[in-house]
Amino acid sequence: MKLRLIPAALTVLAVSATAACGSGGSSSSGSGSASSGSGSASASAAAGRGSGATLTYWASNQAATIQDDQKVLGTEMAKFKKQTGINVNVQVIGWPDLLNKILGATTSGQGPDVLNIGNTWAASLQATGAFMPFDAAALQAIGGKDKFVQTAFKTGGAPGKDPTSVPLYGLVYGLYYNKKMFADAGLKPPTTWEQLQTDAKKLTDPSKGTYGMAMEGGSYTESVHFAFIFGQQHGADPFNAQGKPQFTTPGMVAGVKQYVDLMSNKVVNPSSVQYKNGPEAPGDFAKGKAAMLMSQNNADNTLQADGMKSDAYGVVPIPAMTGNKDIASFVAGINISIFKNTKNKAAALKLVKFMTSPAEQAILDKPFTALPVVKNGTVNYTTNKAEAAAFADILATKAVPLPLIPAESAYETNVGNAVNQLLAQAATGNKVSDSDIKAALQAAQDKMASAG
Amino acid sequence: MTTTRSRSKQSTDGPVPPKPARRPRGWGRATPYLLIVPAVLLELLIHIVPMLVGIWMSFVQLTQFFIANWSQAPYAGLGNYRVALNFSGPLGQSLLHSFEITAAYTVIVVGLAWVFGMSAALVLQRSFRGRGILRTLFLVPYALPIYAGIMTWSFMYQRDNGLLNHVLHDDLHLTDGTTFWLVGNNAFIAMTVAALWRSWPFAFLMLMAGMQNISEEVYDAASVDGAGIWKQIRFITLPSLRPVNGVLVLMLFLWTFNDFNTPFVLFGQTPPPSADLVSIHIYDNSFVNWNFGFGSAMSVLLLLFLLVCTGVYLLLLNRRSRRA
Repeated sequence: MKLRLIPAALTVLAVSATAACGSGGSSSSGSGSASSGSGSASASAAAGRGSGATLTYWASNQAATIQDDQKVLGTEMAKFKKQTGINVNVQVIGWPDLLNKILGATTSGQGPDVLNIGNTWAASLQATGAFMPFDAAALQAIGGKDKFVQTAFKTGGAPGKDPTSVPLYGLVYGLYYNKKMFADAGLKPPTTWEQLQTDAKKLTDPSKGTYGMAMEGGSYTESVHFAFIFGQQHGADPFNAQGKPQFTTPGMVAGVKQYVDLMSNKVVNPSSVQYKNGPEAPGDFAKGKAAMLMSQNNADNTLQADGMKSDAYGVVPIPAMTGNKDIASFVAGINISIFKNTKNKAAALKLVKFMTSPAEQAILDKPFTALPVVKNGTVNYTTNKAEAAAFADILATKAVPLPLIPAESAYETNVGNAVNQLLAQAATGNKVSDSDIKAALQAAQDKMASAG
Repeated sequence: MTTTRSRSKQSTDGPVPPKPARRPRGWGRATPYLLIVPAVLLELLIHIVPMLVGIWMSFVQLTQFFIANWSQAPYAGLGNYRVALNFSGPLGQSLLHSFEITAAYTVIVVGLAWVFGMSAALVLQRSFRGRGILRTLFLVPYALPIYAGIMTWSFMYQRDNGLLNHVLHDDLHLTDGTTFWLVGNNAFIAMTVAALWRSWPFAFLMLMAGMQNISEEVYDAASVDGAGIWKQIRFITLPSLRPVNGVLVLMLFLWTFNDFNTPFVLFGQTPPPSADLVSIHIYDNSFVNWNFGFGSAMSVLLLLFLLVCTGVYLLLLNRRSRRA
């Protein structure tokens, strides 16, 4: 009995010892990192006489690669530390993961201090209550709300509430066209949707692998954006005044049809329904496989990374059908938010103030090919004056905001995915009728309604 | 309870045992429990607690308005379950559709994985030249990281420059026009083939291991008695493999029914309707639509379904093996 017990007791001892070791190890390493953290903080406090805090900042991927973002922001954060003594730990997060990570942080309460969000999520994320509202005092601390371009500032949250985000980078959609392909075909950039369709047909030659239009047909965000823009051209709003979805109005159906018809009319490479990561459609355009591309202005980065010079393409507003409203984009862009649970509110406000200061905006807009969101800013990311003027004009006169309601995010996913399926149907050679579109939109609306 | 009481009664009624022997016996009884305490604690922490939290979540309206403050989420009762099981409603309907797709996927993948694994194991049962190489080769898909393997499939399935269309269309001229493999109804076939490729080596490995235990003498005796190869398989190999098969089919079933990686890597967050497996359907409803209460309710339903299936399966298996 005793003999048998000895190994057992030894095993128990060994297990408990290793467990103790594990916990001891982790706690000691924890305290180690904490002490080193406080050490560096105190050092920086001594150096910069600032608050000495360390902020975590989740940045979105704006440059061609995450490494490029990290490089740009690294330089700027060093500058910020010099000015304020505040350390910033920048983490650049790719678009496919960003919303999930934000939701994870929201659910667990363990998040960064400061973060970037897609501005269309602003009202939905505001509803979670996880973000710090910018009240009058907070707005004062970042330099006042009047420093922002008002159309951009309005995307910060639902109307009538303190915004939970402020604009950081401005983006709008434009129609990129390949100058040489248009000139070779004797065409001018289209000013109506009908012209665009005939041009696209003329420029399509499947035997050579060239098409009139490039499309990211597997991306639900692209799909819902165009469903919205074209719906607006037809005078249709996805939500009524009470915030209830109304996706099946004739205008909404016509808007979706306008987009899906590009695929049905075979002016788009059918394979592009598989594109969903971002660079594929601009890639086709840059390589001359497509003559036109409807994209936000940050496509410049991808085009140039793919070897297309900025004088090889022109930009005009996405045209509307004759007689329809002249809306070419929604107010897209990136906003910056402060996580409510931050322990360094003062430092976080300083970082937001820094990032949205006119001087920093002028620097950051260049590598991130963004439009200015502060007043008196100029489009400076391109030397192509016509392009800069076109995008500035679209933002100022032809852009409307997406619905600023909590259900916006659900609208994006449900309608976007419905449109994706319609595109897939068209790409595989099946006719997409008006009633198909209506049924798909009805299903999306029902799903949203019963999801509550 | 009753046993310990009766035992203690016995010990008081019976002759008093010598004192020194008692203590070690008490320790001896506690030792196995002490030994599994760390495992039980970790199991609680890693599996049971999150599962209970998930079950709790399924009874509240955990939508975007409450994810930052769970405790304020209003109690939903069976509301989430009612929506999920209302098959005439849009969400219930799509869950049912997803369930049917998953059931078909599971039957095909598990069935064919078993057939492939069994055939390969039978062929490689007798030793011959090159057996080792073949065995290694067959196990490669199982040894590859799942994501790397399936990503390779997704490249092969590309419409314009994928290997599959190149072979079928450009070289063999079997298809007219290039085919979509990742869009529309073909997505189901594409997903099934990739999953089959990944799971059959596991069946092969298990069955091959099981066959090692069958004595050569039994086969020799059978062939002396005039049993052909089919009779040997039917009356020796298959019955001897019954316990292995029991576990193997159950594991393949659970893995395949719960499969998330294959559709996620092939199609991304939202697969085409023909490849909308239950796990990714639940993920979509939780993360893409921000409705974690409803997502949890569907997860609990999935859990219950798999529990019932496993229970019934084990019951049938035990009864059959007892009868045998």
